[in-house]
Amino acid sequence: METKQYDIAIIGAGIVGVMLARTLARYRLSVVVVEKEADVGMGQSTSNSAILHSGHDPVPGSVKARMNKNGNALWRELARDLNVELLDTGAMIVAIGAEEQRNLRTLYERAKENRIEGVEIWSREQCLEREPRLSPDCSGGLWTPTAAVIDAFEAVVATAENAAMNGVEFLLNTEVREMIVNDGRLEAVRTNNGEIRARWFVNSAGVHADEIMHMAGDRPEFHISARRGEYFLFDPAKLNIANVVFPVPSEAGKGVLVATTSHGNTLVGPNALVTDDKDDTSVTRAGMHEILVSSARLVPSLSPRDIIATFAGVRATGNYRPDGVNRDFLIEISKTVGGLINLGGIESPGFVSSPAIAEEVVRLLAEEGNEKLIGNPGFKPVRPAHVRFAGLDHDERAALIRKNPFYGRIVCRCQEVTEGEIVDAIHSPVPAVTYDAIKRRTWAGTGRCQGSFDYPRIMEILSRELNIPMTEITKRGPGSVFLYRKTKDVV
Amino acid sequence: MEVTKEYDVIVIGGGPAGMAAAIQAFKTGSEKVLLVERNNTLGGILPQCIHNGFGAVNFDRDYPGPQYSYLYEKELRSLNVDILLDTMVLDLTPEREVYAMNSVDGYLHYRAKAIVLAMGCRERTRAQIRLPGTRAAGIFTAGTAQRLVNIEGFMPGNRIVVLGSGDIGMIMARRLTIEGAEVPAVLEILPFLTGLRRNYVQCLLDYNIPLHLSTTVNNIYGENRVEAIETVKVDDKLQPVEGTEQVVECDTLILSVGLLPENELSRKAGVELDSRSNGPVVDSHMMTSVPGIFAAGNVTAIYDLVDYVSKSGEIAGRSAAQFARAGTHDSQSGITLKPGTNVGVAIPQKLRFDDDRSGEMFIMLRPNALLERAVKVELKHGDEVVGSFREQYARPAEMMIYRLKERELARLRELKTGELTAAIS
Repeated sequence: METKQYDIAIIGAGIVGVMLARTLARYRLSVVVVEKEADVGMGQSTSNSAILHSGHDPVPGSVKARMNKNGNALWRELARDLNVELLDTGAMIVAIGAEEQRNLRTLYERAKENRIEGVEIWSREQCLEREPRLSPDCSGGLWTPTAAVIDAFEAVVATAENAAMNGVEFLLNTEVREMIVNDGRLEAVRTNNGEIRARWFVNSAGVHADEIMHMAGDRPEFHISARRGEYFLFDPAKLNIANVVFPVPSEAGKGVLVATTSHGNTLVGPNALVTDDKDDTSVTRAGMHEILVSSARLVPSLSPRDIIATFAGVRATGNYRPDGVNRDFLIEISKTVGGLINLGGIESPGFVSSPAIAEEVVRLLAEEGNEKLIGNPGFKPVRPAHVRFAGLDHDERAALIRKNPFYGRIVCRCQEVTEGEIVDAIHSPVPAVTYDAIKRRTWAGTGRCQGSFDYPRIMEILSRELNIPMTEITKRGPGSVFLYRKTKDVV
Repeated sequence: MEVTKEYDVIVIGGGPAGMAAAIQAFKTGSEKVLLVERNNTLGGILPQCIHNGFGAVNFDRDYPGPQYSYLYEKELRSLNVDILLDTMVLDLTPEREVYAMNSVDGYLHYRAKAIVLAMGCRERTRAQIRLPGTRAAGIFTAGTAQRLVNIEGFMPGNRIVVLGSGDIGMIMARRLTIEGAEVPAVLEILPFLTGLRRNYVQCLLDYNIPLHLSTTVNNIYGENRVEAIETVKVDDKLQPVEGTEQVVECDTLILSVGLLPENELSRKAGVELDSRSNGPVVDSHMMTSVPGIFAAGNVTAIYDLVDYVSKSGEIAGRSAAQFARAGTHDSQSGITLKPGTNVGVAIPQKLRFDDDRSGEMFIMLRPNALLERAVKVELKHGDEVVGSFREQYARPAEMMIYRLKERELARLRELKTGELTAAIS
């Protein structure tokens, strides 16, 4: 197998990995992103609450607190450049009862200490006026105006696309299996697709970041325990809330929230369940019951009848504890293995923090790694928006179809996704070659019928555009075929 | 965008309800009728229903789906009705303006004097029954599996468990068995069969496919493709009984867990929906709460037999043509039909006696209890029993269709307003 040589190899194409890749593309560096799955963003990056947290919650002084606050600010310009939907909803932490009401004051003090702007304590009336569907049992709330909702699917894909447009290479279906360390320096990694040599390796492997460290012989004490969080998505035609609504947090985390997604669905979740299998994104009977009960406490009018999707994500909860700060982000140039940069324990608020984490890595490379970073004058920060038929008005639609008749055929009826958009996704800078990859890029199959209508149609388009048989079309990569054989083939 | 074409009647959906509506609208006097269908064929779901069981009422025959569909298509195509295939209606206004599109004609903006909604229904999915487990490939709704096998010609799996004893679930269990798959079990969470008895005999018994009642799926295993499911017995409150779990190896899970009327366009047009039927509130002319917008077939409620779907289409088509001619319609008076004891859905929600077309009037009831004995259905207006009839049994899988008798109609015409409650005892 061939050997490839790069300046920087990033292991893991979640939001942290692709954001770093895009950020490094500003410099004259050859960058590759190595991902074991068939697409970018197949882990927790696209299975989360899709919220840009304000930063009121992390322990003051922690890396998490700093990354969160800075990341929240950085995302505004990024969302514009990358053409990603960002809704400035603000978030409300709602107290129910005297004890929670007292805790609001503590939260407020913490938010102040974290220097989060615009945070206010609101009365019951203020809360109910802003969010009329809140439980009447609400006794008050903490208002954090800088929290926002983002389209997480689009954000990961757009960031990766922009990185690819700027010369970053993506090696998908490529799993790091072995590491070559010589004289205390990580020189190369062996994958199922050959050897990759680089001057720097960045470990952004999410829930598997500890395994990557251990493979390199670094930080044997670091451990990630996977904590699964389950979610429900509701029919966009039904109940909608204006803001992100959190309960008062507990030891277990920020709690089950109620939010409106960038596509108008109500989202509720997550719970927190420690799981042995880091890749287990099952939903469970008990978990679903738990989030229904918890979310009804905040917004009683939520009806289980209107649920259209269930999913789960797995948090990469690390055990890094600098200065007694529990579960802080680990962002470092390894002290024991040369050429290795660790980004470990990046659980929530990892998504919002990702641009700040990328900037932090750039700083580390320059200051501790002695990298002479030379600007790339050809860097294009703008990722053009793809056609979104559903968002167009009648005249725009008419003009679009006249230009390209592919946009005249609806493939996903619930989300009004056209064949043209599917074809665009298949031939985009980070090509969608699986059903789920198309779903993340176009939102086909995310509506009420959850793909019942579009499955056969999308399979046909994938088969035609990629010139592969229907029986080789997969949901999420190798091993996940939809169809076994033609009916008339002899068994 | 300007309106580029005016029609008397536009029918949305080319399944059995839509075809019957378009035919009747044209035959009863509408000269300009358009039927819009999103598939590249007419017939809706019928072309993939290659089993028999269609036409018993309307033709006194037992046809397979494609043949039943063909009979209507042949008649429709012999008439001067415009048909647009591969065309999706994206928007509908209360003023009966239709926005639609396809890749040949582009974006279309038409207007009609009357509209018939005949979009049919969609299948409930795993989320709606909150099915636990992974999100592996290999989980299909029964209708999607049916399309894959019968239209596309592909097998979705080799060892297949079916959840739900609805008709399409049982029919697919047989169909997949014939194509060489193994079906180790059909599961039903309720303590009784939800599909037709004849399908239980012809699809499951005849093919030695076991049916497990009061049983559901407790977990789905497999990261990439389904590898197994765990089944569990449920108690009379439909809650899992601990200790009854069993793992069944399979590569595919097919869900036949109910149908929901498809009413996205109805919502856009501001049509009032009934939370029990999940369809528009319709009167005995199949008119919705928006004057000039009619509805027929599974859009209004889930039917058991296609023959009645066609019949409802005929009523809607005829009424739409009448509305297109007269331009007005009394939407105030009438008697409200309400579901009473043991009745889940009662259609139409409003009985009207405003013209001579009500000489023939049907009501359709869907029982929500299983009563395997002779039952009596009573229609009560206040304390007065206006009508009653007897049936051999009441089953949720089977609708009761009742044609009101002349003297019952006469009495209702006298009463004119108020509520009529249909109850089964």
